Amino acid sequence: MAVCIAVIAKENYPLYIRSVPTQNELKFHYTVHTSLDVVEEKISAAGKAMADQRELYLGLLYPTEDYKVYGYVTNSKVKFVIVVDSSNTSLRDNEIRSMFRKLHNSFTDVMCNPFYNPGDPVQSKVFEGMVSGMMVQVS
Amino acid sequence: MESLTLSDGEQRYYSDLFVYCDTDNTKKVASNGRVLDLFRAAQLPSEVVLQITELCGATRLGHFGRSQFYIALKLIAIAQSGLPLRVESLNSVKDLPLPRFVVGKNEAEARHAALYQEADSQGIYPGAGVIPRPPGRGLQNKKVTPVVPPVVPVHEVIQALAPASEPQCMVQPDSTSPVVSPHQSPPTSPHSWRKHKRQASGGSSAADRPPAVATAPAGVWTQFREAPTVPVPVPGDGMWSAHSPPPPPVQETWVSFTADTPPSSAIPAMHPSSVQESTTVRTVASAATTNEIQRQSSAYDDPWRITDEQRQYYINQFKTIQPDLNGFIPGSAAKEFFTKSKLPILELSHIWELSDFDKDGALTLDEFCAAFHLVVARKNGYDLPEKLPESLMPKLIDLDDSAEVSEAAVDVGYSGSPVEVTPNKSPSMPSLNQTWPEMNQANEQWETFSERSSSSQTLTQFDSNIAPADPDTAIVHPVPIRMTPSKIHMQEMELKRTGSDHNHPTSPLLAKPPELSEETKLAASLKFVADNAVGEGYSSSDSYTSDQEPITRQRSHSGTSPEALKVVGAAPPPPPPRPHPSHSRSSSLDMNRSFAAGAVAGQPQPGAIAYPPAVPPRPLPTQVEKPPEGAGPLRTVKSDGPAEERTPTSLNSAKGASGPLAPPPKPVRRRLKSEDELRPEDEPHGPQRSNLIAAVLATQPSIPRSIGKDKKAIQASIRRNKETNTVLARLNSELQQQLKDLLEERISLEVQLEQLRPFSHL
Repeated sequence: MAVCIAVIAKENYPLYIRSVPTQNELKFHYTVHTSLDVVEEKISAAGKAMADQRELYLGLLYPTEDYKVYGYVTNSKVKFVIVVDSSNTSLRDNEIRSMFRKLHNSFTDVMCNPFYNPGDPVQSKVFEGMVSGMMVQVS
Repeated sequence: MESLTLSDGEQRYYSDLFVYCDTDNTKKVASNGRVLDLFRAAQLPSEVVLQITELCGATRLGHFGRSQFYIALKLIAIAQSGLPLRVESLNSVKDLPLPRFVVGKNEAEARHAALYQEADSQGIYPGAGVIPRPPGRGLQNKKVTPVVPPVVPVHEVIQALAPASEPQCMVQPDSTSPVVSPHQSPPTSPHSWRKHKRQASGGSSAADRPPAVATAPAGVWTQFREAPTVPVPVPGDGMWSAHSPPPPPVQETWVSFTADTPPSSAIPAMHPSSVQESTTVRTVASAATTNEIQRQSSAYDDPWRITDEQRQYYINQFKTIQPDLNGFIPGSAAKEFFTKSKLPILELSHIWELSDFDKDGALTLDEFCAAFHLVVARKNGYDLPEKLPESLMPKLIDLDDSAEVSEAAVDVGYSGSPVEVTPNKSPSMPSLNQTWPEMNQANEQWETFSERSSSSQTLTQFDSNIAPADPDTAIVHPVPIRMTPSKIHMQEMELKRTGSDHNHPTSPLLAKPPELSEETKLAASLKFVADNAVGEGYSSSDSYTSDQEPITRQRSHSGTSPEALKVVGAAPPPPPPRPHPSHSRSSSLDMNRSFAAGAVAGQPQPGAIAYPPAVPPRPLPTQVEKPPEGAGPLRTVKSDGPAEERTPTSLNSAKGASGPLAPPPKPVRRRLKSEDELRPEDEPHGPQRSNLIAAVLATQPSIPRSIGKDKKAIQASIRRNKETNTVLARLNSELQQQLKDLLEERISLEVQLEQLRPFSHL
């Protein structure tokens, strides 16, 4: 269950960002922004073999005292960042991967929509629904 | 049920409605169909309708009885007048107006009518043009009161309930109701319309609606009015262009319309005519369209259902983009197309998400229709659903079609031609597609198999025909035929091989029927026989040919050689057929007996028959299954071959010199003979040994290749082999002894010679 999910475009501006505890949005935005550096570092380190699924999933980018940040990059340099709460029962790596997979699939569907211009903010209800399903349920 | 007191007017009205809804004449009305339409036409929120149904008890019963129906109607009236829904209010409320029902069966369509006007004012979106037509139905009532201000016709519309079955059939309220309703309707009609709009909850502001209401009915009316005058663009051909005219000529056409149809206007609403009477009211040109529309709308309500006209319209639009109806519209083309609708991109994006069912970035015909329908609905104020409604789902249609097709094809085609199976199968039925070709192939395979079997039948019959013709040939035994193509082929091969001999072909043929498994051995044995024949030039075949071959077939093919040996002076042309050789493996006791019995020619018969008893230890001559074992001892036995020839011959002669009899020992003998050449013989002991060996050989089952169906036979042969082994071992030892003796003699002779030599030296 994620606390914050962000989709960042190739040019490193957010296409979609959503956090559950809306009051801490700015904090999460900042966290995601800083995580981009780590993502870039990992991408460049990967170098060859770009198409490997493994490479798409970047894994734990960096942990802080409160939460962990996971990264995932697509072949088109669109990055997904998931922030999960550390106090949460530690999600297994597979779960994180499945979350990223779902994100990727939904994002692909959004991309397939001819009415979506790449680079626009993602406003698809289906996408939002899927993200809501992945977020921590906060009453 | 709660008691219900109705005024006369109400009573009549309700009874009319009930009769109208009671299509089955069962005095109770199911809770769907017309009742639902009716309730929906009441312009009440769905929750209220639900509440009403609950209150009247229909939910309990599952259907509307007459009393429930009346109660429901009364509750509708209560709700429409804004009073809270209470059971008590049923009887308490006095002077309740009759429940009002919008003319439009499909309230969505009525909504479309109103919104269409908005859309018109915004600029014409072609698709929206499809919608306004249905509300034209309602305009019939407008004819009623030409003099009434525009608002009133609306009320008329609201009051009258257009039955679905008849285009212009209207449920007429009582005579009192038209009087009552106009008074009450003005304040309520905007209310009802507002409710209507509320339910629409379209994107445009609700404030715009009420003013639009006034124009809307007029606009709708004009649209309807246009219907008779303008060639109704039902298929949607002219819809694209027809939209601009409507708004301007609103007033005048309305006026003209009223002028035109005063007579017909007088008919409806004013008259307390019954439902049946109102059927006579008909508008001239719109009859067909409105009839159709009403019929469509009267179908089980589904706001998302695509009517046939709409579908046809969509299909035509699809064709303009993509001529192939089974093809796809690429996303970019669809984007351009739907952008023309002037809907916000966000909504278009959402529509796309809903309609692109397979998420492939392209629209099939069904997806396109769904998208178009959604756009039209959106244009008319409908909220876009979160999920694609079922009626718009493309897959269902494909499933139905293909399911029907494939089922029909399966039923019919399995026995019939596979061509009937239509190629048009949706991807959802791939398994059926795949299985169908397989089934077809199976059919073909079945057919070919049957063909083959029939041919085999002919073959056997042919054989049987040949057999009797030859006097020498044995009777063809009615042995069951196990025909397989391969076996038949093999038999044919054998036939060819044995074609030189007249008799022999028959015998192989004769042998064919009984055992197919033997045929393989037959071929093998034939080859073997041929080789042997070539190698050793046995002439026994001739003798055999003279004899009844079928019996000989039972013997191993090598059995021919002994016979050849027997017939010393016989010419050595090897008998190609060598019936017995072919038979080497195949013979079983039964077969032997059968053949023995079947040896018609008679000569071999006594011999053949006698043979088995003559050779008791050899129950099944061909029972020697282990060629190596058989060959081994046989080979050793062969050392006595020449001498033994006599014995077998004697044996044979003992048996009446029947050729067939000889075969069993013969194969052994043949081998022995070959061995003879290799090994020197001990003459003095030979006869003894040979006798011994002959005896052994007599007991020796024929060479190997018997099938050995009988385990006992196998064991017997094993025993025999062991005996042979012991015998041969004894023989060996004796020969060794002889050798020693001879050597001693030699030594003694040499000594004597040397003794003599010194004499010579001296």
